[in-house]
Amino acid sequence: MKDLVIIGGGPAGMSAAIAAYENGIKDILILERDEHLGGILQQCIHNGFGLHKFGEELTGPEYAWRYEEKVRALGIEFKLNTMVLDVSENKVVTATNTQDGIFQIEAKAIILAMGCRERAKGALNIAGSRPAGIYSAGTAQKFVNMKGYLPGKNIVILGSGDIGLIMARRMTLEGAKVHAVCELMPYSGGLARNIEQCLNDFGIPLKLSHTIIQIHGKERVEGVTIAKVDERRKPVAGTEEYIPCDTILFSVGLVPENELSRNANVALSPITNGAVVDQDRQTSIEGVFSCGNVLHVHDLVDYVSEEAEIAGKAAVEYINGTKDESVLIPIKTDGKIRYTVPQRITKKKDVAVYFRVSNIYKNVMIKVSDGENTLLSKKKIKVAPGEMESITLKKEIYENAKELYFSLEEM
Amino acid sequence: MYDVTVIGAGVVGGLVARTLSKYKLKICILESENDVAMGATKANSAIVHAGFDAKEGSLKAKLNVRGNKMMESVCNELGVKYINNGSLVVGFSEEDRTVLNELLKRGVTNEVEGLRIVEKDELLEMEPNLSDDVICALYAPTGGIVCPYTLAIAAIGNAMDNGAELKCNYKVSSIDAIENGYKVSSDNDYVTTRYVINCAGIYSDTVAQMVGDNSFDIHPRRGEYMLLDRECGDTVSHTIFRTPSKMGKGILITPTVHNNLLLGPTSYDMTDKEDKNTTAVGFDAILNSTNETAKSVPVNKTITSFCGLRSVGSTGDFIINSPKKGFINAAGIESPGLTSSPAIAEYIEDMLKEDGLELELNPDYNPVRKPYYAFQEASAEEKNEIIKGNPAYGKIVCRCEGITEGEIIDAIRRNPQPRDLDGIKRRTRAQMGRCQGGFCGPYVTEILAKELGIPYESVTKFGGESLINVELTKGGQS
Amino acid sequence: MERKLTCIICPLGCEITVQTEDKKVIEVTGHTCPRGKAYAETECIAPKRTLTSTVRCSDGGLVSVKTDKPIPKEKMSECMTILNSVTADLPISIGDVIAEDVFGSRIVATQNKE
Repeated sequence: MKDLVIIGGGPAGMSAAIAAYENGIKDILILERDEHLGGILQQCIHNGFGLHKFGEELTGPEYAWRYEEKVRALGIEFKLNTMVLDVSENKVVTATNTQDGIFQIEAKAIILAMGCRERAKGALNIAGSRPAGIYSAGTAQKFVNMKGYLPGKNIVILGSGDIGLIMARRMTLEGAKVHAVCELMPYSGGLARNIEQCLNDFGIPLKLSHTIIQIHGKERVEGVTIAKVDERRKPVAGTEEYIPCDTILFSVGLVPENELSRNANVALSPITNGAVVDQDRQTSIEGVFSCGNVLHVHDLVDYVSEEAEIAGKAAVEYINGTKDESVLIPIKTDGKIRYTVPQRITKKKDVAVYFRVSNIYKNVMIKVSDGENTLLSKKKIKVAPGEMESITLKKEIYENAKELYFSLEEM
Repeated sequence: MYDVTVIGAGVVGGLVARTLSKYKLKICILESENDVAMGATKANSAIVHAGFDAKEGSLKAKLNVRGNKMMESVCNELGVKYINNGSLVVGFSEEDRTVLNELLKRGVTNEVEGLRIVEKDELLEMEPNLSDDVICALYAPTGGIVCPYTLAIAAIGNAMDNGAELKCNYKVSSIDAIENGYKVSSDNDYVTTRYVINCAGIYSDTVAQMVGDNSFDIHPRRGEYMLLDRECGDTVSHTIFRTPSKMGKGILITPTVHNNLLLGPTSYDMTDKEDKNTTAVGFDAILNSTNETAKSVPVNKTITSFCGLRSVGSTGDFIINSPKKGFINAAGIESPGLTSSPAIAEYIEDMLKEDGLELELNPDYNPVRKPYYAFQEASAEEKNEIIKGNPAYGKIVCRCEGITEGEIIDAIRRNPQPRDLDGIKRRTRAQMGRCQGGFCGPYVTEILAKELGIPYESVTKFGGESLINVELTKGGQS
Repeated sequence: MERKLTCIICPLGCEITVQTEDKKVIEVTGHTCPRGKAYAETECIAPKRTLTSTVRCSDGGLVSVKTDKPIPKEKMSECMTILNSVTADLPISIGDVIAEDVFGSRIVATQNKE
C-alpha cells in the first residue's frame, strides 16, 4: 500500500511528486519505464525549456535535472525500468521490472503521467514501398542524440511539428542534408521561433500545403514524390515533384498515451485523447488524476510542470479527505475552440482554463458565457492551433451558471 | 547430397519441409531473401477458407477443404495462433443472393460442413456493425483465421529442430540434372539433391524453367491491405467477405488472431514481380468497399498498410506435378494457398512416396514447438518464476505489444534465426503495434546487434541494403 | 532599411521589425520584452546562436552539451567540427566545461554521466 503512486517519471510525474511531497504526503512511488527519470526530455538536447518556469533557457536534460535533483533530495521513491501493465478502477497498479518481476501495489491515489507518443505514419496511408529509412522524428532524435548514429544523409521531413523542425536542424548540424519540410496544412504546427532558427537559418525550405504522395525505394528509401494539396487536403494533379532522398522523417503530431487509462475505465475525451478532468485534474475515477501530455499535448514543458503541481496538490487533498467534491459545472466549446482543460469546474475557487483553437484566426474575441449572458471576453490578435491559450475564471463571475460555453468570434 | 531440397521458405515450402522432417531425410530449404516468410506468406488475408469458392473437382477445392480440416491441429502442434471465427459472405441484392446460393451448392459439393444462408435479422445479430443494407449472407462455420507468417516460421523452425537445414540469401540461378538428382546453384554456392520441390511462389515459373518445364507462367496480382489498431479487432467477429463478382472475391473485413482489424485486399494484375507498392487508388478502393460493407469502421486507427503479390498461375488451378523425375512443382499457390498449405505438404509427401522415395520415420521427430507467445500467455506466477530465472523477461521493450527483452532474445536464439528487425517483428510482435517500432526500434536494434555480434550500424530492416542507420556521428569514432 | 524578424528568444515568437541605416539599428518595434529587442538588434548586426549538440565520452557513449553563450551564427558548422574531435572524460556533471574558448564561448555539459 502506498499513499500515492505516480505513473511516469517525466516532467509531469516528477513535478506532481514534488508538489505532493511538499504538501505533506511523503509515501510516494514513481514508476518510470525508461532507464532514467526525465522521460523524453533526455533526448531533447536543444534549448528553449524553462523560460517560463525558471526564467532562463535550459536544454531538455537540464530542465529534467532541476526536478530530478529535487526528487532525489527529498528522497522520493522511484523505480526505473519499470513498466506499468495495468491500473485498475480500485487503484491497484500492476507493473513489471527485472528485479521485482510482476508486482502489484495498492494506492490511495494515482496520478497518471505517462506522456504522449508520436502519431505513427500508418494512419497517413502514403502510397509506395516500405523500405528502410522511414522514421518518426522522435526515433531519429533517439538514434542521433542518445545512440550517436545518423539514420540517413539526405532527408525529407513530413510534418512541421516542433520535433520535426528541431530534427531538421539537428540532422543538418550532424552532416545530413534536409531537402524539404512538407506540411499538409497551410500553416505550421510548430513554434515560429523553430521555423526561424531550425529551417531559415539553414536554408531548409518549408513547403506548406504539401504532402508526400509516394515513397520510392526497394531496400532503402530512394526518394519521395511530393505534391501540393488543395483546401480539402487532396493532392493537386500536375504539382508532383520528385525529391531523391534516403530518409523520411514523420512529425505528424502527438497522441496522449492513454492505454492504461482506457483499461482502467477512465472517461476520455475524443478531442484531446486524454482524460476528462475537473479543475484539480481529477479524472472520472475519484482519486485518479491525470496531468501533462497524457492529459492533453502541451507546447511547453513549463506548462506540463505547472499542471502536474495542480494534480500533485489535489492528490494530497484527496488522500487527506479535504478535496473539494462539490457539484461541478461542465464547460462546452463551439468547435472553433477545440477543447478546454479542465472540462468541468468547481464554483468554489478561481480556475485557469486552458484551451486550443481549431484553426488560425486573427483579431478574435474569446467569449465565456453561461448560455445567455457573456460573463467574460478576451481579445486576441492571433490564435493558432499550435499554441495553447488560457483564461482565468474568477469564481464570482460564474456562481449562478449551470454550464459554461467557450466560443470564438471573429471581429 | 541432400535427399530433398525445398526452394522457397514460404508457408508452402515450410510445411513441405516440416512434413518431410518426420522421416530420416536430409532436407535443405533454400530462400532467396534474408529471412523466411518474405513473399506472399507475409502479406495475405490470413484466412483459413472454408472451401466453397474453388471450382468443384479442382485441386484448389480438394486441398482447401482438406487443409481447413488439418489447420487447427497443425497450428496447435506448431504453437501458432488459429481461431475458428467462421466467415460470412454478405449479399446486398437479389443478384448477390443468387451467387450465394451457387456458392452454397458448390460448397456442399466440395464437402464443406455446416454451410447455410442466414437472413438479415440473424445476420445483423451476428454482426451488428454490418451495413443495414445487407439482405443475407452465406455463413461458413468452418472458416477461420491464422497468422500466416508465424505458421511458416514455426514450420521451418520445427523442420530445422528435426534436422532440416535452411540457407537464406540463396537465390537459385540454375538447376542442373546430375546422376540421381540435381545440382541447385546460386551465383556463389550450390547444393546437390535427389529431389527438388519448387515452392518458389511468384518465381516458381522461373525455377521450373530451369529444368526445362515451360508448361506454365506465374503472374503477380497486387493485393493491398490496411491494418488497424488492436483496439479495433472487435468491429466484427467473423471474417466478412463481399459476394464475389467478375472482379474477384472483393475486399474483406476480418479480425486477426492478434485482434487487429484487417481490410483488403485490392486486386490488380501486374507484370513486375518486385512491385510491392501500395497505391492511392488501392486505399480508396479499400475505404470505399469497407464503408459499404460495414458501419463505423475506425479507419483512422490504421497503423500500417502493405501490399502483397499473389502468385497467379496460368492454369487457373494449383500446379502440383512432377514434370521431371525428382522435380516437383508446387506452383500457382494463390488463394486458398495458406489454407491448403498443410494439405499441399501431405499431397507432396504422397507423391514422393509413390515415386519410390524411402520414407523411414525419424524416431527422434518432435512435432511440437513452443509458441513465441508462450510467455505472454503464462500466468502471473509462472511469469515471475521465469523472470526469477531470467530477469530479461521483466523488461518490457515493446510498449505497444508488451514484449519483453527475454522474448526477443529467445526468438533470436531459436530456429529459424531472425537476422533483421522485421524478422523479430514477425516472430515476437515487437515493433508491430500502434507506434510501429517508434519507441522500441532503437532498443531492438541494440539487442539484435549484440546477439548476432554485429555492429549497431550493420543492422537492417530486412537484409540487403535496408540499413537502419547509415553511419556513426562524430566522424565515425565509437 | 527595414527588416522583419521572428524572435527566437522565447516560444512567443514575436514578429519584430527593425529599421537600420548603415548597419546601425535606428528603431525596433513589435517586441514584447527587452530580450527580444536585444535579439533583434544583434540579429541585424551580428547574428548569434546557442549551439546544442553532443560529444563522445571516454566510454564511447555520448553526453549532451551546449555553448554557454551564443556564438556567431556562421560559426555553427565549424563549431560542430570542433565538437567532433572532443572526447569528454567521465564522470561528467551538468555545467562541467568540456572545452574552453570556442568562438568566445565555453562548451558545457547539459547532462550528468557517470
